[in-house]
Amino acid sequence: MQVIAHIERTKKTTKVELPAKATVKHLLEKLAVNPVTVLVTRDQKVLIETQELKDKDTVKILSVVSGG
Amino acid sequence: MACKKCQTEPVYVLQNHAPLCKQHYLHYFEKKVLKTIRTYKMLEKGDILVSALSGGKDSMTCLYLLHQYCQKQGIPVKALAIDEGIEKYREQTLKDAATFCKTYKIPLTVLSFKKMFGFTLDSYLKDHKMNPCTACGISRRYLINRGARELGATKVATGHNLDDEAQTLLMNQFKGNISLSAKLGPMTGALMHKQFVRRIKPLYFMTEKEVALYAVLMEFPVTFVECPNAEGAFRLQLGEVLNTWEQKYPGTKQGIVNSFLEILPSLREQFKSTKQAIGTCESCGEPAAKTLCRTCELLEKIKVKKK
Ligand code: SF4
Ligand SMILES: [Zn+2]
Ligand SMILES: [Zn+2]
Repeated sequence: MQVIAHIERTKKTTKVELPAKATVKHLLEKLAVNPVTVLVTRDQKVLIETQELKDKDTVKILSVVSGG
Repeated sequence: MACKKCQTEPVYVLQNHAPLCKQHYLHYFEKKVLKTIRTYKMLEKGDILVSALSGGKDSMTCLYLLHQYCQKQGIPVKALAIDEGIEKYREQTLKDAATFCKTYKIPLTVLSFKKMFGFTLDSYLKDHKMNPCTACGISRRYLINRGARELGATKVATGHNLDDEAQTLLMNQFKGNISLSAKLGPMTGALMHKQFVRRIKPLYFMTEKEVALYAVLMEFPVTFVECPNAEGAFRLQLGEVLNTWEQKYPGTKQGIVNSFLEILPSLREQFKSTKQAIGTCESCGEPAAKTLCRTCELLEKIKVKKK
């Protein structure tokens, strides 16, 4: 299946190929993003790592790390 | 997985693997911050509080919770924002700060480097080779202390979270500056100088991710922008390392901070008289370790350059 990931920090959107029943955790692994450093949302709702994703889902990845 | 308390959809999983829904997450967060305020006796009746507000998630969350707490306790609260003059960054966060204060009817004072010192951080950095965050940090802390005191504050709050503290602790270790750690902790030590306003950090035990989640769930007007100077900063690199470890070994950051808290009393005792700002700046009257405070030292460099 394919998931559309919008990365807020870079304002980039990427399509990610994932096996069926893949979770948020799998998605972040594929994107090489540390889950400790981001919040993942779908339809304005925050998802936990074990949340399963569906084909054609659009998720937003918000970095929580601030400098300074 | 469902919230351990109400079986609805979770937004967060605690370190002990308990999932929490939005409502129970907010509750968990607020309770933990309240406990921090109480455990360290951060505020008492008769205090006047100034909360430093950058417009980011941490300072907004900090101010929001303190405002709620202080209203119940009859403690006056004011917000203080510092405009360092950082293009493509500060305009936005100051706007967010103003929106926030308007919504919650909290009086906001903005002090700028430009007005108080005659330079913006951007212009200073153009002329001087210096780590941006060093120049920025020194002058900002100066203005927060002075501004808070002039607003009548007996306590000044900042939004420092667990990640910030763990990073600073490691930074001091790596750079051999352990004496600086004696100044850290959830609340600064007893009066070291009559011009020092005691600092409190109510978000001390909350991770950066937890604070971000709280701010997002509360729909605070935060724009998640990053300072253009932050890239490559030593602190940011350390943060990355810490988060890599946190992911592999959950509880790492908490462990670092807890170990520190255990030795903090002896650390403070050991560095009581040395390397602390206990003198008075000859130029401006603020606390200083040498004849001039570090901000006046920076200002001196500008004058020399202009001559
Ligand atoms: S990242 Fe550095 S320069 Fe930017 S606001 Fe923070 S301390 Fe100042
Ligand atoms: Zn619940
Ligand atoms: Zn001075």
